[in-house]
Amino acid sequence: MGQLRTLSVTQQVGLLFVFLFGLLSLVTLIAFSRSFRDVSAERQAGRERLARELRALWISALLFWIAWASGPFVSTLLFGLVSFFALREFVTLTHTRRADHRALLLAFFVILPAQYVLVGTRQFNAFTVFIPVYVFFAIPVISALANDPFRFLERTAKIQWGITVCVYGMSHAPALLLLELPNYRDRGAFLVLFLVIVVVVAQLGQDAASRRMRRRPVARAISRSFSWRAFAVGAALAGIAGVLLFWTTPFKPLPALAMGAIAGAAGTLGEFVMKALQRDAGARNWQGGSSVTGAVGLLDRVAPLCFAAPVFFHSVRWYFGN
Amino acid sequence: MKLPEAAGLALAFIARLVTGAQGHWHGSTPKAEQRIYFANHQSHFDWVLIWAALPRDLRAATRPIAARDYWTATPLKHWITREIFNAVYVSRQRSKDAPAPGEDEDPLEPLMEALRNGDSLVIFPEGTRGHGAEPASFKSGLFALAQAFPEVQLIPTWIDNVQRVMPKGEVVPVPILCAVVFGKAIALAPGEERRAFLDRARAAVMALRDVA
Repeated sequence: MGQLRTLSVTQQVGLLFVFLFGLLSLVTLIAFSRSFRDVSAERQAGRERLARELRALWISALLFWIAWASGPFVSTLLFGLVSFFALREFVTLTHTRRADHRALLLAFFVILPAQYVLVGTRQFNAFTVFIPVYVFFAIPVISALANDPFRFLERTAKIQWGITVCVYGMSHAPALLLLELPNYRDRGAFLVLFLVIVVVVAQLGQDAASRRMRRRPVARAISRSFSWRAFAVGAALAGIAGVLLFWTTPFKPLPALAMGAIAGAAGTLGEFVMKALQRDAGARNWQGGSSVTGAVGLLDRVAPLCFAAPVFFHSVRWYFGN
Repeated sequence: MKLPEAAGLALAFIARLVTGAQGHWHGSTPKAEQRIYFANHQSHFDWVLIWAALPRDLRAATRPIAARDYWTATPLKHWITREIFNAVYVSRQRSKDAPAPGEDEDPLEPLMEALRNGDSLVIFPEGTRGHGAEPASFKSGLFALAQAFPEVQLIPTWIDNVQRVMPKGEVVPVPILCAVVFGKAIALAPGEERRAFLDRARAAVMALRDVA
């Protein structure tokens, strides 16, 4: 690790991406070479799922690389686009009425761009309060002006919730890229990667644990696999991943453990909440199902990040006291 | 690339960005055959959605119907419908009482001419934008076209969700995912009655709702 510290920041980040793409290529190659063997239908389904996951990983890795290589402007734009697609999917799944039209236009074409402009220009104070304070106020006003009292609170709440998760939550990822910490300039890419890795580790850990341990689910009607012990395993593994990665972050090992566990826990709980939402919307799976028109399954992928990013971001800021 | 072509690509891109504009083919395939696509009608956006859901090489030969009085009213509207979409213009008002000489043109005549030229058409047989969950009963134009051009394929088309994108009276679309489902071609049976055929066509469109 000592040698790594002597490299310039750009070289370190470059090395990180070489490592990341190398790992992905290796896994893809192995999966590809195995795809020639004949297997049972069940294994085949698992294999197709793996191929889908791999494709998603490739796309997100490429996105990260583009985001980092092309500077803060493009990366903010990219995350903004992801936010847009996630919100589009969210709105598709919730039932809105005609009277919500103006409020939705405001969400997509005013609030979303404004939030990302605030991030891109590093106005972190304004960016933190813009949605919770001003948008929270503006959406019900616009909705009320549409002159439709039918289920008013429910409709407004849905739109606000969508904005909070898909726009506010997601916008904390580029904010991490742009955050300026003492002795840690221009290394935001590591922070984002740290966040993504601990969240993924927590999810995988929780999945594996729930399959092994067969604990009683906490909320059977929402998720058959979520149990407290599996959750604890996931968070603990995320903490361990955090310690292993502490050298890429501005934290000391112990705080890195805490940060990893916090972000991982937030991510898995976020996924759990999304499951409840899916059940409510009647979609067993964002991408399948006949009632959901062409939903692409993006929301499912980014939701844990949307929940973990704000928690992680504010933990980091709080830790450094700025 | 000329301006109309570039504008068309930009428009298709925007339609995809806003709605996904996914085309699903159930029972027919996207082929360059002469066709009449008939669909449910809920918003001004319907045509753009069908157009964007078609593969790029089919778009040029597939034409919408546009009301002449509305879509030639300003130079911009005229330019969009003429240059980008290559629309077939029809007169909305058929002079009801005492047709003046030379003005009692059959409103279907421009459509017939386009079909004689070998173009494909997209028509909305409800005649007007509906707002209920189910399409209104079909007007007879589809029957007349099917009778006159038995060799042209009639493709039922269901547009899902678009009324949420742009409700009647709004101008800016909200981004919501939509799908366009193209079904199996239907044909006029020998000796089939007008009403029976139109109801069958409507049922074929509605059957696609469950596939979407």
